[in-house]
Amino acid sequence: MPAIETPEITNLGGQHMVLNMGPQHPATHGVLRLVVEIDGETIVKVRPEIGYLHTGIEKTCEAKFYQQVIPLTDRINYLDPLSNNLCYCLAVEKLLGLEIPERAQWIRVLLTELSRINSHLIWLGTHAMDIGALTVFLYTFREREDILRLFEAVAGQRMMTSYFRIGGLAMEPPIDWLDRVQAFIKMFPEKIDEYANLLSGNPIFFNRLKGVGYLSPEDAIALGVTGPPLRASGIDWDLRRDMPYSGYDKFKFHVPISTDGDTWARYEVRLIEMRESAKIVQQALDGMPGGPVKADAPKIILPDREKMKTQMEALIHHFKIVTEGFPVPAGEVYQAIECGHGQTGYYVVSDGTAKPYRVHMRYPSFATLQALETMAKGRLIADLVAIIGSIDIVLGEIDR
Amino acid sequence: MTEVATLLGKQAVLDALPDHPAVKAILAWDAEALADAKLDRGELTLSVAPDRIREACMALRAAGYNFFDDVTAVDWHPSVPRFQLSYHLLSHGFKEYIRLRTLVDEADPSVPSITPIWPAANFYEREIFDLFGIRFEGHPDLRRIMMPEDWKGHPLRKDYPVEGYR
Repeated sequence: MPAIETPEITNLGGQHMVLNMGPQHPATHGVLRLVVEIDGETIVKVRPEIGYLHTGIEKTCEAKFYQQVIPLTDRINYLDPLSNNLCYCLAVEKLLGLEIPERAQWIRVLLTELSRINSHLIWLGTHAMDIGALTVFLYTFREREDILRLFEAVAGQRMMTSYFRIGGLAMEPPIDWLDRVQAFIKMFPEKIDEYANLLSGNPIFFNRLKGVGYLSPEDAIALGVTGPPLRASGIDWDLRRDMPYSGYDKFKFHVPISTDGDTWARYEVRLIEMRESAKIVQQALDGMPGGPVKADAPKIILPDREKMKTQMEALIHHFKIVTEGFPVPAGEVYQAIECGHGQTGYYVVSDGTAKPYRVHMRYPSFATLQALETMAKGRLIADLVAIIGSIDIVLGEIDR
Repeated sequence: MTEVATLLGKQAVLDALPDHPAVKAILAWDAEALADAKLDRGELTLSVAPDRIREACMALRAAGYNFFDDVTAVDWHPSVPRFQLSYHLLSHGFKEYIRLRTLVDEADPSVPSITPIWPAANFYEREIFDLFGIRFEGHPDLRRIMMPEDWKGHPLRKDYPVEGYR
């Protein structure tokens, strides 16, 4: 049974040294502080100190109407905003017992997969940059720019999209938008080959990653690791396939697994995941159903602008929703989805009013960070940079 | 959405789901310890007393609920008992979540830590300790995690002011 040893920075014995890595350090991807105890260059203990970015989002949610929480969710994991929107909307829809039109579900799947690619592209670029391969960063951000333009076209915002609504989508995507997605997804697989060309055969990159940061499957489960690092440790688990939500059961995709459990395995798993995401987007484009993108629930979903100006009821509903929100039946739900970094879960408690009584977010980086010491123990300081990059942390979702 | 059965109360759940692996595991461990149960919106919730939470987790882990996903608290101020702890456990085998629930009193709120079972609970319990002020007995490193160490009060409690000077 693996257990986390409490790192106590005492009894250094005159030999060990304590090194503060961060909170301002280019390789910690934000304001993460690591208190590292080292023996020469070898890591003895790593103690993550977090909370520098704590903004009390869970507390803020309690003062907002249900629909006003959606913009807050973007700001938690700002690299994968649509997955956050999706998870929160699914949780509230479960509380309401609301059925979502098929077209809205498919567009949601399409967008969350683009969002996953976006998240993986940032990971790949910054991870390679940490290792010293600067070029890849410029390549991945070129494709990320394309994805952000697609987000901007539907949501009006590049990063903080807030495009999903409780009960569907904010609005129908622009007319030529699906064609633009098609154009992007057609050229994207060869871009992945390009990244792989730059990195996979690169002996420096390979030697920096291979065998570094090993995490056994037992440790991964015990430490709550999810997402690509879990699959790289040989656990065949993906919520999209195993507990489908939002219509994922209609899509066919392969879940990449590696049994190596090291940093290189995580790199390979994520690279294949991007290809699979592109396949899901292609399937969504091919089979995109028609119909409305909002559920038929006038007391929950804002009416169209057109209707609001011509129909009395629509105007009343609009006024009511904006000023008073909508009551949600009392109860508690937990909704988990597979986002770019791993399993995201929203626990929403309602007391029957228009504001959530409690919103709690379970974010993958928070749990995965606990595995850092297990991976880094006995390795060199330079490896720590590679390991932090490979677990793909976002401080926004750790501190919330 | 299709109508999912709602079962409220221990007896209703025991009658309808006698073969559910989590229910069976809890009954086999200690039938008396199950204080309450409900099936709401397709989610099964089992309630136990706060001092039995670690044993209940061990029983469920042995029954196949191998993955600790989340634990958090809800402040039901001014109800008594005040705090609710919700543990979300995942079974990779059954492909199912289960919620373990316990109610904790306001005076000296403390429960046994489950970090010895799942090291993953370490940060989560520290977070609850920090933001709600609930102590976890047997936790290896119970310190504040989000707020500064000299911070006074527990921000996620309902009686913690959200505006004005402190």
